[in-house]
Amino acid sequence: MGCGRVGGRLAGLLAIEEHDVTILDLNDYSFRRLPPKFGGTALVGNGTDEDTLKKAGIEKADAFIALTQGDNRNIMACQIAKHIFNVPRVLCRTYDPLRRELFGSLGIESFSPTTIFAQLVKEKLLEEKPEGEKKAN
Amino acid sequence: MYIIIIGGGQVGYYLAKALLDEGHELLVLEKDAARTAFICNELGSVCIRGDGCEMATLEEAGAGRAEMFVAVTGDDEDNLVSCQAAKHKFNVPRTVARVNNPKNETIFKKMGIDVTISSTKIILESIEEEVPTHPITHLLDIQEQGLEIVEIKIPPHATTIGKTVKELPLPAGNTLSLVIRGQQKPFVPDEDTVLEAEDQIVAITTPETEEALETALRGS
Repeated sequence: MGCGRVGGRLAGLLAIEEHDVTILDLNDYSFRRLPPKFGGTALVGNGTDEDTLKKAGIEKADAFIALTQGDNRNIMACQIAKHIFNVPRVLCRTYDPLRRELFGSLGIESFSPTTIFAQLVKEKLLEEKPEGEKKAN
Repeated sequence: MYIIIIGGGQVGYYLAKALLDEGHELLVLEKDAARTAFICNELGSVCIRGDGCEMATLEEAGAGRAEMFVAVTGDDEDNLVSCQAAKHKFNVPRTVARVNNPKNETIFKKMGIDVTISSTKIILESIEEEVPTHPITHLLDIQEQGLEIVEIKIPPHATTIGKTVKELPLPAGNTLSLVIRGQQKPFVPDEDTVLEAEDQIVAITTPETEEALETALRGS
């Protein structure tokens, strides 16, 4: 759910490995981000709508991943996937670390790009610090 | 009672106004600056600008001591998430969410929201009641017990006219509580009450059996 840069890329990667992929987005213009030879299905629709999810084949899905820009949309869609359609694996992107924590404790497996990226940048920065200092000298 | 309202749109604003008149202490959280200023101008300083899904904002709003939490924004996902945060993070005893898409009522219930109000469904039903041939009108849902109170009209050519209540195949657990007949004083039916055309019958039923009740009363 969500064909942004991450969603489009992930869909492409999974399709290359011959998984059966369906990607949902509210706007068909977003599908331009899919690789040219994308072998999956691209469907226009709202991932928090049960009928759209059924159309996308959620009843036989092995995994559901929510990657839109909206934390709440992602959380709601994942809860529908998990609790209404019993999808075995559900993954949720949640920018807000506190919200991630709360819904993690409510059983939604989620990750916060904010936390991950801040950590990554910090590590990168500290790792290259000696070199930077040398240049400054 | 301390009540927090998420969303200062039309519903949030008029709700705040009504609850203030009843003497409750309340706070409205609204994302939009201009709307926040409008509400503060009209109702006093009862509105702060903020996202009702942010834990820090809810903390600041004193969600921990709120006795009731009402989310009435136009976005179902926001209403769901803020009510879940109130319930699970701040242990608010009663959470009420507006549901814009009627299909979302199930998921809201399943996720532990205490009361859901489907604005779309209410509007639809109010309009449907105005259609003279509409057979069944929902008067009240008692969500905790899974019961509903409905009104059913007996049409002029129903096959059940002239039958007594005990002859009708009423679904188990359904009760006929009142008959409204023309200009007569409404009365409580017993098993020997005979159905007449144009009777309006108020009954207690469940979402699962209301169709069977309708068939029992109106015939097929």
